[in-house]
Amino acid sequence: MQVLQGIAVSPGIAIGEALVIEKEGYVFSRRSFEHEAVDEELARLDRATDAVAAEIERDRQVIAAQLGDQYGAIFSAHHQMLRDAHLRAEMEELIRRQNMTAELAVHQTLRRCARVFQDMPNSFLAERALDLHDLEQRLLNHLLDRGHEWLLDLDAPTIVLAHDLTPSETARLDRRWVRGFVTEEGGEGGHTAILARGLELPAVVGAGQVLTEVVSGDLVIVDGDQGVLIVRPTKEYLSRYRQQLKRRSSRLEALAALRDLPAQTLDGTTVRLLANIEFPHELSACLERGADGIGLYRTEFLYLSAESEPTEEEHFQAYREVVEAMEQRPVVIRTLDLGADKMWYRSSAEDEHNPFLGLRSIRLSLRNVDVFRTQLRAILRASALGPVKILFPLIATLRELRQAKLFLRETMEDLDEAGIAFNHHIAVGMMVEVPAAVMMIDYFLKEVDFISIGTNDLIQYALAVDRSNKEVAELYQACDPAVLRLIQTSLCAAQAAGVPASVCGQMSSIPHCVLLLLGLGLTEFSVPPGAILEVKRVCRGVTIEQCRHIVQTALQMQGPLEIDTYLKEELKKLVPQAVR
Amino acid sequence: MTERRIQRLVTVRNPQGLHARPADMLVRRALQFAARIEILKDGERFNGKSILSLLTLAAEQGTELVLRADGPDAEEALEALAELFGRGFDELGAGEPTNDHSLDG
Repeated sequence: MQVLQGIAVSPGIAIGEALVIEKEGYVFSRRSFEHEAVDEELARLDRATDAVAAEIERDRQVIAAQLGDQYGAIFSAHHQMLRDAHLRAEMEELIRRQNMTAELAVHQTLRRCARVFQDMPNSFLAERALDLHDLEQRLLNHLLDRGHEWLLDLDAPTIVLAHDLTPSETARLDRRWVRGFVTEEGGEGGHTAILARGLELPAVVGAGQVLTEVVSGDLVIVDGDQGVLIVRPTKEYLSRYRQQLKRRSSRLEALAALRDLPAQTLDGTTVRLLANIEFPHELSACLERGADGIGLYRTEFLYLSAESEPTEEEHFQAYREVVEAMEQRPVVIRTLDLGADKMWYRSSAEDEHNPFLGLRSIRLSLRNVDVFRTQLRAILRASALGPVKILFPLIATLRELRQAKLFLRETMEDLDEAGIAFNHHIAVGMMVEVPAAVMMIDYFLKEVDFISIGTNDLIQYALAVDRSNKEVAELYQACDPAVLRLIQTSLCAAQAAGVPASVCGQMSSIPHCVLLLLGLGLTEFSVPPGAILEVKRVCRGVTIEQCRHIVQTALQMQGPLEIDTYLKEELKKLVPQAVR
Repeated sequence: MTERRIQRLVTVRNPQGLHARPADMLVRRALQFAARIEILKDGERFNGKSILSLLTLAAEQGTELVLRADGPDAEEALEALAELFGRGFDELGAGEPTNDHSLDG
């Protein structure tokens, strides 16, 4: 057994077979085949072996001609390894006895053998492991197609392990069987993390060199709470985790019972619970939880997963799917919120030292009007199908808001001229996530139909902390009194102006922060689909009066930890079952 | 030619030990014989016709190994393999004497 530590980015526990996506992009789709096909599978192995032998011989000749026979000898050794009787016997055994595919037999056998060499004290021999990796790659080259439709073809609970999942790889996941993710690279805000949270699957990223320790088919456990990957667990570990899994599912069942109950506080205030989504496929999770709508539809995936700029039609189809599924419940579509560093096909900002303060989000859209218009057209077209709202991110100045609205009006005129239907009264809102916007909130409120407070960025910009930077991450505190005052200012001003406000961002799904937000007068939460019922449970266990008192006390405190502790204690008193 | 099992003691003489190139030479030579060929080190047995097996043996310079052959051409096989060890798999500088000992098994 091996226990490997990484960064916990998506909670939960998963137990399943490892599916290793090699750095080169190889994956093993089928794990086994019908027994009658053994001969066919052995023949595949033979053909691949012959082809590799020919390749090696070609390489040997080339190198020997250039550098002399001594250097060619290494290929001769490769050839000998390829034809090695032991190796062959082992692979044949796996194919015959376990009906394992040739590619998986090659992978497992050569990896196991390479591991023996790796562990040898003699460094000269340890290097032989590289020869075996090389052979493995050569054989797999012949046995597998790169970019094979692999993940669509699973047949058992599977944990995906990769160096770093690419958006296109994740797009092809077989969601029926994938139970969790582990990647060697990546961080809190990375693609895998976002995807896993969206799919509500446990994930560990930044786990370092794990691919050399795991072979496809190994039993693994992902502990998304602790950020741990356990490879080939002992019986004790396995049964301990199975029990945890059971406790977890009974807790989820208790939550599921809340689905059809109203989100209402004990003193009768109705709270609207909307969902944040990243991909259309998260819709089922929203509907299962009885979401009141989509409070934040992030559209970055359209830009990240495509090879080129998404077309208007691609935008439109992605929006239409969500709007139709939500059946007349509101859908808030946020325009592009990416940093220029992520937009590889427009390298206008290569030298940004500080991308979070750089050309990103609405700034990028206002600079690249053609890209922006394409998205606006698609959002407007989708507004003909249901109650779509449009949300501009990272607004810091009134000028930016006005420019964005101007482009929207122009786009509306274009659509009118072309006779294309859309909602002329589409609601237009802004994210409040830059402290400057909070300071000027009364002016902004005169020009928008709604606001959405994005706590993740608001905290980062207010406290000047990059939370992915380990050195300062602990300064990132949702309950910092400065942050609470910013939220309070925004919500009070919105109430006074009669402009609807919601809070999206992680803070609104943390149970003890929900007390605070309710006390500040918030009645619309936008949270990940998996958090909807949890937030509902808190709302149903408190009165607004209690929450107001809590806010009064909390706002007199001066440090985030003090506030945090106080809120957790209050939560424990009021809604003990919500305490994790 | 009679069926028999014989063995013989050899020493790894080349400075880098039994690494990939000599292991390759050894296996190629061994494969030319019908006899089963094993190499013993500290009582552990390795397959003389498998390069991976030989590499895991990790024999450095000065290691003593027992060559064992079993089959109709066992004698010729051992002779040929011992000869490879004797000349240090062509990795010795000039002037180093060859030596090996025979043991009948």
